[in-house]
Amino acid sequence: MSIQVNAVLIVAAILFVLGFIGVLTRKNILFMLISVEIMLNAAGLAFVAASAKWQQADGQVMFLFILAMAAAEVSVGLALVLQVYHQYKTLDIEKLNALKDE
Amino acid sequence: MEVLFCISSLVAILSTVMVITRLNPVHALLYLVVSFMSVAMIFLSLGAPFMAVLEVIVYAGAIIVLFIFVTMMLNLGKETAEQERNWLKPRVWVGPSILAAVLLAEMIILLTKGQPGSMQVTVVDPKKVALSLYGEYIIALELVGFLMIAGIVGAAHIGKHRKRSFHRFLEDEAETEQQLKADYHDVHTG
Repeated sequence: MSIQVNAVLIVAAILFVLGFIGVLTRKNILFMLISVEIMLNAAGLAFVAASAKWQQADGQVMFLFILAMAAAEVSVGLALVLQVYHQYKTLDIEKLNALKDE
Repeated sequence: MEVLFCISSLVAILSTVMVITRLNPVHALLYLVVSFMSVAMIFLSLGAPFMAVLEVIVYAGAIIVLFIFVTMMLNLGKETAEQERNWLKPRVWVGPSILAAVLLAEMIILLTKGQPGSMQVTVVDPKKVALSLYGEYIIALELVGFLMIAGIVGAAHIGKHRKRSFHRFLEDEAETEQQLKADYHDVHTG
Protein backbone atom coordinates (compact mmCIF):
# COMPACT_ATOMS: atom_id res chain seq x y z
CA MET A 1 0.00 0.00 0.00
CA SER A 2 2.85 2.39 -0.55
CA ILE A 3 3.98 4.38 -3.56
CA GLN A 4 7.26 6.23 -3.95
CA VAL A 5 6.77 10.00 -3.81
CA ASN A 6 9.49 10.47 -6.39
CA ALA A 7 7.68 8.27 -8.90
CA VAL A 8 4.55 10.42 -8.79
CA LEU A 9 6.59 13.62 -9.10
CA ILE A 10 8.51 12.15 -12.05
CA VAL A 11 5.25 11.29 -13.82
CA ALA A 12 3.97 14.83 -13.19
CA ALA A 13 7.23 16.29 -14.50
CA ILE A 14 7.12 14.15 -17.64
CA LEU A 15 3.53 15.18 -18.36
CA PHE A 16 4.43 18.85 -17.80
CA VAL A 17 7.44 18.62 -20.15
CA LEU A 18 5.29 16.93 -22.81
CA GLY A 19 2.79 19.78 -22.63
CA PHE A 20 5.65 22.28 -22.76
CA ILE A 21 7.08 20.63 -25.88
CA GLY A 22 3.61 20.79 -27.40
CA VAL A 23 3.33 24.54 -26.73
CA LEU A 24 6.79 25.13 -28.21
CA THR A 25 6.50 23.04 -31.36
CA ARG A 26 2.91 23.32 -32.58
CA LYS A 27 1.75 26.25 -34.67
CA ASN A 28 -1.99 25.71 -34.48
CA ILE A 29 -3.66 27.69 -31.68
CA LEU A 30 -5.99 24.80 -30.87
CA PHE A 31 -3.07 22.44 -30.25
CA MET A 32 -1.34 25.04 -28.12
CA LEU A 33 -4.46 25.30 -25.93
CA ILE A 34 -4.57 21.50 -25.61
CA SER A 35 -0.92 21.49 -24.52
CA VAL A 36 -1.62 24.17 -21.91
CA GLU A 37 -4.38 21.93 -20.55
CA ILE A 38 -1.89 19.05 -20.27
CA MET A 39 0.51 21.30 -18.33
CA LEU A 40 -2.24 22.42 -15.90
CA ASN A 41 -3.25 18.81 -15.40
CA ALA A 42 0.34 17.85 -14.56
CA ALA A 43 0.54 20.65 -11.97
CA GLY A 44 -2.69 19.36 -10.42
CA LEU A 45 -1.22 15.85 -10.28
CA ALA A 46 1.76 17.18 -8.29
CA PHE A 47 -0.63 18.92 -5.86
CA VAL A 48 -2.67 15.75 -5.31
CA ALA A 49 0.55 13.78 -4.78
CA ALA A 50 1.61 16.27 -2.11
CA SER A 51 -1.82 15.98 -0.51
CA ALA A 52 -1.42 12.19 -0.36
CA LYS A 53 2.11 12.45 1.02
CA TRP A 54 1.15 14.56 4.04
CA GLN A 55 -2.42 13.29 4.30
CA GLN A 56 -3.75 16.82 4.28
CA ALA A 57 -6.67 18.16 2.26
CA ASP A 58 -4.88 21.35 1.11
CA GLY A 59 -3.43 19.79 -2.03
CA GLN A 60 -6.84 18.60 -3.15
CA VAL A 61 -8.30 22.06 -2.48
CA MET A 62 -5.58 23.48 -4.72
CA PHE A 63 -6.48 20.92 -7.38
CA LEU A 64 -10.09 22.13 -7.21
CA PHE A 65 -8.89 25.70 -7.80
CA ILE A 66 -6.73 24.56 -10.74
CA LEU A 67 -9.76 22.77 -12.16
CA ALA A 68 -11.93 25.91 -11.97
CA MET A 69 -9.12 28.03 -13.43
CA ALA A 70 -8.63 25.59 -16.32
CA ALA A 71 -12.34 25.62 -17.13
CA ALA A 72 -12.47 29.45 -17.17
CA GLU A 73 -9.25 29.65 -19.17
CA VAL A 74 -10.37 27.18 -21.80
CA SER A 75 -13.73 28.91 -22.33
CA VAL A 76 -12.11 32.31 -22.88
CA GLY A 77 -9.35 30.74 -25.00
CA LEU A 78 -11.78 28.94 -27.27
CA ALA A 79 -13.85 32.13 -27.68
CA LEU A 80 -10.63 33.87 -28.75
CA VAL A 81 -9.85 31.03 -31.17
CA LEU A 82 -13.30 31.38 -32.77
CA GLN A 83 -12.85 35.14 -33.06
CA VAL A 84 -9.39 34.79 -34.60
CA TYR A 85 -10.77 32.30 -37.11
CA HIS A 86 -13.61 34.66 -38.06
CA GLN A 87 -11.27 37.59 -38.53
CA TYR A 88 -8.33 35.92 -40.24
CA LYS A 89 -9.74 32.63 -41.61
CA THR A 90 -6.75 30.74 -40.25
CA LEU A 91 -5.43 29.29 -36.99
CA ASP A 92 -1.77 29.49 -38.00
CA ILE A 93 0.03 31.70 -35.46
CA GLU A 94 2.54 32.71 -38.13
CA LYS A 95 -0.23 34.57 -39.95
CA LEU A 96 -1.13 36.63 -36.87
CA ASN A 97 1.82 38.98 -37.14
CA ALA A 98 0.11 42.39 -37.08
CA LEU A 99 2.12 43.41 -34.01
CA LYS A 100 5.42 42.35 -35.56
CA ASP A 101 8.04 45.06 -35.77
CA GLU A 102 8.87 45.78 -39.39
CA MET B 1 -1.56 -0.18 -5.60
CA GLU B 2 1.96 0.12 -6.93
CA VAL B 3 1.11 -1.88 -10.07
CA LEU B 4 -2.04 0.15 -10.63
CA PHE B 5 -0.02 3.36 -10.37
CA CYS B 6 2.69 2.13 -12.75
CA ILE B 7 0.26 0.97 -15.43
CA SER B 8 -1.86 4.12 -15.34
CA SER B 9 1.15 6.45 -15.41
CA LEU B 10 2.58 4.54 -18.40
CA VAL B 11 -0.75 4.90 -20.20
CA ALA B 12 -0.87 8.60 -19.28
CA ILE B 13 2.60 9.31 -20.67
CA LEU B 14 2.06 7.30 -23.86
CA SER B 15 -1.30 8.91 -24.61
CA THR B 16 0.10 12.39 -23.94
CA VAL B 17 2.92 11.72 -26.39
CA MET B 18 0.28 10.70 -28.92
CA VAL B 19 -1.66 13.93 -28.20
CA ILE B 20 1.23 16.24 -28.99
CA THR B 21 2.26 14.32 -32.11
CA ARG B 22 -1.12 13.87 -33.84
CA LEU B 23 -1.82 16.07 -36.84
CA ASN B 24 -5.60 15.80 -36.90
CA PRO B 25 -7.22 17.68 -33.98
CA VAL B 26 -9.94 15.07 -33.42
CA HIS B 27 -7.40 12.24 -33.07
CA ALA B 28 -5.43 14.35 -30.58
CA LEU B 29 -8.59 15.01 -28.56
CA LEU B 30 -9.42 11.29 -28.40
CA TYR B 31 -5.96 10.57 -27.00
CA LEU B 32 -6.40 13.50 -24.60
CA VAL B 33 -9.50 11.80 -23.17
CA VAL B 34 -7.41 8.67 -22.53
CA SER B 35 -4.71 10.82 -20.90
CA PHE B 36 -7.19 12.47 -18.51
CA MET B 37 -8.77 9.11 -17.66
CA SER B 38 -5.40 7.64 -16.76
CA VAL B 39 -4.55 10.67 -14.61
CA ALA B 40 -7.87 10.04 -12.86
CA MET B 41 -6.69 6.46 -12.25
CA ILE B 42 -3.48 7.84 -10.72
CA PHE B 43 -5.58 10.01 -8.40
CA LEU B 44 -7.56 6.95 -7.40
CA SER B 45 -4.38 5.04 -6.57
CA LEU B 46 -3.13 8.05 -4.57
CA GLY B 47 -6.21 7.91 -2.35
CA ALA B 48 -8.14 10.84 -3.78
CA PRO B 49 -11.34 9.31 -5.20
CA PHE B 50 -13.27 12.59 -5.21
CA MET B 51 -10.59 14.27 -7.30
CA ALA B 52 -10.65 11.33 -9.73
CA VAL B 53 -14.40 11.79 -10.19
CA LEU B 54 -13.98 15.53 -10.73
CA GLU B 55 -11.17 14.92 -13.22
CA VAL B 56 -13.42 12.67 -15.30
CA ILE B 57 -16.43 15.00 -15.06
CA VAL B 58 -14.75 18.36 -15.61
CA TYR B 59 -11.70 17.57 -17.75
CA ALA B 60 -12.77 14.52 -19.74
CA GLY B 61 -16.38 15.70 -19.82
CA ALA B 62 -16.76 19.45 -20.05
CA ILE B 63 -13.43 20.67 -21.39
CA ILE B 64 -13.07 17.96 -24.06
CA VAL B 65 -16.64 18.59 -25.21
CA LEU B 66 -15.82 22.31 -25.56
CA PHE B 67 -12.76 21.47 -27.65
CA ILE B 68 -14.70 19.05 -29.84
CA PHE B 69 -17.48 21.59 -30.46
CA VAL B 70 -14.97 24.25 -31.47
CA THR B 71 -13.13 21.80 -33.73
CA MET B 72 -16.46 20.95 -35.34
CA MET B 73 -17.42 24.61 -35.80
CA LEU B 74 -14.08 25.47 -37.35
CA ASN B 75 -14.33 22.48 -39.69
CA LEU B 76 -10.67 21.64 -39.19
CA GLY B 77 -9.44 18.67 -41.09
CA LYS B 78 -7.14 17.98 -43.98
CA GLU B 79 -5.72 21.50 -44.36
CA THR B 80 -4.74 21.65 -40.71
CA ALA B 81 -2.99 18.30 -40.94
CA GLU B 82 -1.22 19.49 -44.09
CA GLN B 83 -0.14 22.73 -42.45
CA GLU B 84 1.25 20.96 -39.39
CA ARG B 85 2.99 18.39 -41.55
CA ASN B 86 4.67 21.14 -43.54
CA TRP B 87 5.80 22.84 -40.37
CA LEU B 88 6.74 19.88 -38.17
CA LYS B 89 9.93 18.88 -39.91
CA PRO B 90 12.52 17.15 -37.70
CA ARG B 91 15.04 19.97 -37.87
CA VAL B 92 12.42 22.26 -36.34
CA TRP B 93 11.38 20.19 -33.36
CA VAL B 94 14.56 18.24 -32.57
CA GLY B 95 16.36 21.19 -30.96
CA PRO B 96 13.70 22.26 -28.42
CA SER B 97 12.84 18.63 -27.70
CA ILE B 98 16.46 17.72 -26.86
CA LEU B 99 16.80 20.75 -24.58
CA ALA B 100 13.52 19.97 -22.82
CA ALA B 101 14.56 16.31 -22.48
CA VAL B 102 17.86 17.39 -20.87
CA LEU B 103 15.95 19.47 -18.32
CA LEU B 104 13.60 16.56 -17.66
CA ALA B 105 16.51 14.14 -17.17
CA GLU B 106 18.15 16.59 -14.76
CA MET B 107 14.94 16.83 -12.75
CA ILE B 108 14.49 13.05 -12.66
CA ILE B 109 18.09 12.59 -11.46
CA LEU B 110 17.54 15.19 -8.75
CA LEU B 111 14.32 13.50 -7.66
CA THR B 112 15.87 10.03 -7.52
CA LYS B 113 19.06 11.18 -5.74
CA GLY B 114 17.16 12.29 -2.65
CA GLN B 115 16.41 9.84 0.09
CA PRO B 116 13.56 7.69 -1.14
CA GLY B 117 10.48 8.32 0.90
CA SER B 118 7.62 5.97 0.30
CA MET B 119 4.25 7.26 1.30
CA GLN B 120 1.48 5.38 2.93
CA VAL B 121 -1.65 5.73 0.85
CA THR B 122 -4.58 6.70 2.98
CA VAL B 123 -7.78 8.03 1.55
CA VAL B 124 -8.34 11.75 2.20
CA ASP B 125 -12.11 11.77 2.16
CA PRO B 126 -14.20 14.49 0.50
CA LYS B 127 -15.50 15.60 3.91
CA LYS B 128 -12.05 16.75 4.96
CA VAL B 129 -11.61 18.57 1.63
CA ALA B 130 -14.99 20.28 1.96
CA LEU B 131 -14.31 21.38 5.54
CA SER B 132 -10.97 22.83 4.49
CA LEU B 133 -12.53 24.45 1.40
CA TYR B 134 -15.25 26.25 3.34
CA GLY B 135 -13.06 26.90 6.38
CA GLU B 136 -9.59 28.29 5.83
CA TYR B 137 -9.87 28.64 2.05
CA ILE B 138 -13.20 30.52 1.95
CA ILE B 139 -11.63 33.70 0.53
CA ALA B 140 -9.92 31.74 -2.22
CA LEU B 141 -13.21 30.01 -3.00
CA GLU B 142 -14.95 33.35 -3.43
CA LEU B 143 -12.11 34.57 -5.62
CA VAL B 144 -12.58 31.48 -7.80
CA GLY B 145 -16.24 32.47 -8.05
CA PHE B 146 -15.17 35.90 -9.31
CA LEU B 147 -12.84 34.19 -11.78
CA MET B 148 -15.65 32.03 -13.13
CA ILE B 149 -17.90 35.08 -13.56
CA ALA B 150 -15.10 36.89 -15.38
CA GLY B 151 -14.59 33.84 -17.55
CA ILE B 152 -18.27 33.59 -18.46
CA VAL B 153 -18.61 37.30 -19.24
CA GLY B 154 -15.32 37.32 -21.16
CA ALA B 155 -16.24 34.28 -23.23
CA ALA B 156 -19.70 35.68 -24.01
CA HIS B 157 -18.23 39.05 -24.98
CA ILE B 158 -15.28 37.80 -27.01
CA GLY B 159 -17.23 35.03 -28.68
CA LYS B 160 -19.85 37.40 -30.02
CA HIS B 161 -19.81 37.26 -33.79
CA ARG B 162 -19.44 40.69 -35.28
CA LYS B 163 -18.23 41.83 -38.61
CA ARG B 164 -14.63 42.66 -39.14
CA SER B 165 -14.08 46.23 -38.02
CA PHE B 166 -11.15 48.57 -38.33
CA HIS B 167 -10.16 51.37 -36.06
CA ARG B 168 -11.85 54.61 -37.08
CA PHE B 169 -8.57 56.14 -38.22
CA LEU B 170 -7.83 53.13 -40.38
CA GLU B 171 -11.31 52.83 -41.85
CA ASP B 172 -10.83 55.29 -44.72
CA GLU B 173 -7.48 53.78 -45.55
CA ALA B 174 -8.90 50.27 -45.69
CA GLU B 175 -11.77 51.40 -47.87
CA THR B 176 -9.51 53.14 -50.37
CA GLU B 177 -7.28 50.09 -50.44
CA GLN B 178 -10.22 47.86 -51.24
CA GLN B 179 -11.38 50.33 -53.90
CA LEU B 180 -7.92 50.31 -55.45
CA LYS B 181 -7.89 46.52 -55.47
CA ALA B 182 -11.32 46.40 -57.10
CA ASP B 183 -10.22 48.88 -59.78
CA TYR B 184 -7.08 46.89 -60.45
CA HIS B 185 -9.15 43.75 -60.79
CA ASP B 186 -11.57 45.44 -63.19
CA VAL B 187 -8.78 46.75 -65.37
CA HIS B 188 -7.03 43.41 -65.60
CA THR B 189 -10.09 41.25 -66.21
CA GLY B 190 -12.34 43.53 -68.16
